[in-house]
Amino acid sequence: MKAFIIKEIRHLLRDPRSLLILIGMPVAQILIFGYAITTDLKETDIAIVRQTNDPLSQLIIQHLDASQWFRIKKIETNSSRLENDFRRGEIRMTVALPDNMEKRLMQSSPLEIQLIGDASDPNTANLLAQYAKGIIRTTVAQSFPSQYSGIQVTSRMLYNEEIRSVFMFVPGTIVILLMLLSAIMTSISLTREKESGSMEVLLVSPLRPYEIILGKVIPYIGLSFLNAAIILLLARFLFGMPFRGSMALLLAETVLFIALALSLGIFISTITLTQQMAMLLSMFALMLPTILLSGFIFPIENMPLWLQYLSNLMPPRWFVVIIRGIMIRGIGLEYLWKETLILAGMTLIFILLSIKKFKLRLE
Amino acid sequence: MNYNTNNLSIKVENLERRFGNFTAVNKISFSVRRGEIFGLLGANGAGKTTTLRMLCGLLAPTSGTALIDNTDVARQPEKVRFKIGYMSQRFSLYEDLTVWENFRFYGGVYGMSAKDIRKKFEDLSQRLNFGEQADRLTRDLPLGWKQKLAFMVAAFHNPPVIFLDEPTSGVDPMVRRQFWDLIYESALAGTTIIVTTHYLDEAMYCDRLAIMAEGSIKAYGTPAGVLDEFKAVNMQEVFLKIAGKEALLQ
Repeated sequence: MKAFIIKEIRHLLRDPRSLLILIGMPVAQILIFGYAITTDLKETDIAIVRQTNDPLSQLIIQHLDASQWFRIKKIETNSSRLENDFRRGEIRMTVALPDNMEKRLMQSSPLEIQLIGDASDPNTANLLAQYAKGIIRTTVAQSFPSQYSGIQVTSRMLYNEEIRSVFMFVPGTIVILLMLLSAIMTSISLTREKESGSMEVLLVSPLRPYEIILGKVIPYIGLSFLNAAIILLLARFLFGMPFRGSMALLLAETVLFIALALSLGIFISTITLTQQMAMLLSMFALMLPTILLSGFIFPIENMPLWLQYLSNLMPPRWFVVIIRGIMIRGIGLEYLWKETLILAGMTLIFILLSIKKFKLRLE
Repeated sequence: MNYNTNNLSIKVENLERRFGNFTAVNKISFSVRRGEIFGLLGANGAGKTTTLRMLCGLLAPTSGTALIDNTDVARQPEKVRFKIGYMSQRFSLYEDLTVWENFRFYGGVYGMSAKDIRKKFEDLSQRLNFGEQADRLTRDLPLGWKQKLAFMVAAFHNPPVIFLDEPTSGVDPMVRRQFWDLIYESALAGTTIIVTTHYLDEAMYCDRLAIMAEGSIKAYGTPAGVLDEFKAVNMQEVFLKIAGKEALLQ
C-alpha cells in the first residue's frame, strides 16, 4: 500500500498544472470572495423627501447622515423629482418622511415612513432598508420615549456585527473546496484506473480493494487538509476572521467531512465507467447542490418547504452549520453533536454502498 | 508426452461462465504444464478473454473449477494472486510515471523489498539494455518498448504463471518477434505462459494451443497436431474450417 500511495503522489506531482489549480484555486476563491464580492455597504447615497422641516425629521436626517452606511445626497419635497436620480443609479434609496411628525406622534395617530429602495439589487436594498429602519426607530424612540417605547426595535446583528461577507464566504469556500477536491478528484482518479484498464491489473495483484481505495484517497486527504489550512490562515490573517471555537474540534470535523466527501467520490466512481461521466456526475450531483442548497449563499429558511427538506440531504449543509458555529459563534460539540452525527451517518452509508458496489463489480 | 498431474501448472475442468442467458464460456477443460507456452486463440467474442479473466480471479465462474498450482482460483483468490503475473491488453504501464517508477510500484505491490526491486531492476536493465530509459516517462517511449517493459513488469516478481492478454496487438512484426523472444526466455526459466492472440502466425510459436469459438474449445493440442487433425497446411485454414463447420450448423 505504501507503494500505491507513493505512486499516487507521483501522479499528482507529475501534473503541475492540475496541482497548481488545486492549490491556487482556493487562494483565488477566498481572495475573490474577500475583496471583490463584498456586500458590505459604506456611505451609500440616499435622498430624503419631506414637506416640513420639523425638529424630529431634522434629527432623523442627521442620524442617517452620521451613520457609516448612508450619505444624504439630496433633500427634496417631491419624490417625482428623484426618479431620474434613481434611474441613473445616483441614489440607492429614498426615505420619505411624512408632514408634522411630532404633532402626529403626540396625537398617537399612525405615522408612516416610506423607504423606497432600488430592488434591482435586492440584497443591498434589503440591507439598506434594515439599517435605515433601525436608525429611524432609534431616533424616534430617543426623542419620544413615552410614545414609542412600545415599538422600539433594535436590530443588532449578532456575531457578525459588521455583517462582513467574508465571514459568510469562508465556511462556504472551505466546504466547496473540500467537496471538489475530495469527491471529484477521487472519483476521477479511480475511474481513470478503470478506463485505462490499470484497475484490472491492480485487481489481479495481491492488493485488496480497500488498499486500492485507501491508497487512492490518502494523498487527497493530505491535499484537502493543506487547502483547508491555507483558507483558514488567509481568513484569519488577511481578513481578520474571528476564531472563537476549538481548533481541535474544527480539524476533527474537517476530517469527518473530508471522509464523507471521499466516500461520496468512491461511490460515484463505482457507478460510473468513464472519467467524463464521473466529472459530470460530480458536478451536477455535488457542486451545484453544495453551492445552492448548503445555505452558504442562499438562506435555507427562505427556500420553499420541499427544497428545505431536500437541503437536509446535502452533506455540506450540515458542515456549513458546524464551521460557522465553531469559528464565528465559538460553540462546541454540545451544540453540534446532531450535525456531527448526521455527517458520520452519511459517511457510513456511502462507504457501505461503495463496498457493496465494488464487490459486485468484481464477481 | 508425460501428463503427470504433479507437473501441471494449470488445470481447468468444465469451466463455465454465463451472463444471463448468454453462455460466454461453455464447460471447457484443458491443462497446461509447467514451463509451457499455451495459446488461447479465437475471434473476438469467442470467450478467450472471459476464460482468462476467470483464471486470474477477476471473474467468478458459474460452474466448474480452475486450479493454478493446485490452488482453486475461485476459492482462494488471495493465494493465487501472488502466483500470477498479468499483462492486460488495454493497459501496459502508467504513462505519467518513469520506467523505474513503474517497476518500483509493481514490485511494491507484490511485496518485494526496496533492495530487491533496485537490484532486480538493475540486472534487468543491463541485460536488456534499457538503462538510459529508466528515468524517461513511459509516455515518451515507442509502443514496442512499452509492450516489452509491460511484460517485464508482469514477470518482475517471478510469478510461476504469467497471463498475457493480446500482448502484441498493434505492434509491428519486428517487435512482435522480439517480444516472443522474451516469452521464450521466461518459459525456459520455468515460467508457465498463457497467451491470447488473434495473430494466427503466433499460434505456431506456442507449445500447445486451444482454439475457441462460441465459448467452446474446437481444437486442442500442439500446433502440428492441430494442423494434422484438421488436415490443414496453416492455422488460417484451421480457422476457416472451424468457422465453416459452425456456418453449416447454423
